[in-house]
Amino acid sequence: MDNLYKPFLSKILKVNPHTDIEYTFRMEYAGEVKPGQFFEVSIPKYGEAPISISGIGDGWVELTIRRVGKVTSELFESSEGKSFFMRGPYGNGFDLDLYKGKQLVVVAGGTGVSPVRGVINHFSRNLGQVDGFSVIVGFRSPEDILFSDDIALWKENKGFTLTVDHASEGYTGSQGMVTKYIPDIQFKDINTAQIVIVGPPRMMTACAGAFIERGVPEENIWISHERRMSCGLGKCGHCRMSHKYVCLDGPVFNYADAKHLVD
Amino acid sequence: MAYKISESALDAIIAGLSAQCAVYAPRLLAGWGTSSDVDIVGYAKIEKGSQIAFDKKSMYSFKEAILPISQTLFYFTEDEMREPRPAFAQAVVFLRGCELHGLSRLDDVYRADGKLDFYYEQLRSNTKFIVIGCEDGFESCFCESMGASGVPACDGYILSRGDGYVLISNFDELTDLVKAEKAEQIDFTPVPAKNTLKVNVPDEIPEEVATSPIWDEYDARCIICGRCNFVCPTCACFTMQDIFYDENVNAGERRRVWASCQIDGYTDIAGGIAFRKTKGERMRFKALHKLKDHKGRYGRNMCVGCGRCDDVCPEYISFSACVGKVAKACKEVGGNG
Repeated sequence: MDNLYKPFLSKILKVNPHTDIEYTFRMEYAGEVKPGQFFEVSIPKYGEAPISISGIGDGWVELTIRRVGKVTSELFESSEGKSFFMRGPYGNGFDLDLYKGKQLVVVAGGTGVSPVRGVINHFSRNLGQVDGFSVIVGFRSPEDILFSDDIALWKENKGFTLTVDHASEGYTGSQGMVTKYIPDIQFKDINTAQIVIVGPPRMMTACAGAFIERGVPEENIWISHERRMSCGLGKCGHCRMSHKYVCLDGPVFNYADAKHLVD
Repeated sequence: MAYKISESALDAIIAGLSAQCAVYAPRLLAGWGTSSDVDIVGYAKIEKGSQIAFDKKSMYSFKEAILPISQTLFYFTEDEMREPRPAFAQAVVFLRGCELHGLSRLDDVYRADGKLDFYYEQLRSNTKFIVIGCEDGFESCFCESMGASGVPACDGYILSRGDGYVLISNFDELTDLVKAEKAEQIDFTPVPAKNTLKVNVPDEIPEEVATSPIWDEYDARCIICGRCNFVCPTCACFTMQDIFYDENVNAGERRRVWASCQIDGYTDIAGGIAFRKTKGERMRFKALHKLKDHKGRYGRNMCVGCGRCDDVCPEYISFSACVGKVAKACKEVGGNG
């Protein structure tokens, strides 16, 4: 019998620091994987932490990690050419086929940009696959901005908005919560437009409410939950909401189902 | 096949079994209580039949025999990761009928969707389960109301009666030991346990019950000690815990330890976010898991009505009373409870 808790060793191909506490690690991985899925990063003697896949390429995946705890601090000691253990990928991830041929709006906040970065990159490079593409990305302050390299590419799409909650005087970019920019979105067909929202719980609720108010059907809204997890296998119980396990049935949920789930 | 056996024959049979494998049963653990000079009944290895506590309900359930409180998953050295040997190669566990129903709930979680849990399977699939018959149950038992009073298919059954024991054997090693005692064969069919405590268990719980005011009282009463989770035969949650040894930081281990959904930290994620901050919300999370959410996923209620959480709560919070409150709340919000 396979031991599903046994991690495998993966080589660090590249480290890209965004801020002092947020790095993207490009890891060797050849299997099938989807944006929105996650790996359990597994550091012997320190522990495990679920980390979203922030990028996918030929033979690699990227994990964007914030240095906040025991496991992630230990990870930040690693460098290119070294390896660390992980297991996965886990979770359902985003189904890009669902968005093809339709207008797509992605709203993401803070580290919530990580799990949708793959979605934004895919459609930024393949604009012809969707019928209109808007992206609203928000961070707490200009110092918290992640994925500046990607943002340079995303900005080429005129439907792109980068906003920060607060900035010191002299900042010329957009300011305010992501919800501020939802009324500006021009819908071609509100009944078929697809909305992806990822960020802190309160931000997702507020954004979903704003889109519903504009007439978007709940079934067209997709969110991704972040919860504490110890296993990623539907057994440890920490990530359960009602009868669903975020690690197995999510982290991506349709809003029409998600609104019935109770923490 | 059922046999009538004497106390001395039972001693010999258990001695024979324990020579072949680990035998766990509820037994009196003198001085094991958390206060001084307090005894508890808990699961531990036995070598003879007279050690089985037939007349008392155990404080902890059988589950620690196959799902230890702390279980090492890997030993780490510099470059190596090694799985430990299982706690036993073969075991026999004596347990109450409600607990065997509880085992099926643990199976729901640990054997779900064909994703077998390596460590659970190592112990679970090498264990035989012998039900200790309850005719009347104990004061806090409500297994009948939860539909868990019958005796499910099992490897054996034992009932303590005034004139000795009735033992049913459904596996060869036990049957051989019984036959060696020249035990008399009898006709016997186990009967479901009867309870004096009856609880109205709602069939279907509407979503609105989650926001009912019935949960508010637990804000004041519960002290979030988590004992209810730890004595429960169906609570299956765990947390990973990595350590390194003080004497040698290059070596360490990864363990999983029982987790409680009532205790701080259970839902903490990066960025200082926690879900369910109040005690009432945590009680609601646990209660609705036992009565609604497990059923929503696996088709049967998780709670088996063993009453252990009622027995152990230092604040006298009664889960059976809570079930009744949920049923009442269902009516209030227009459900069919």
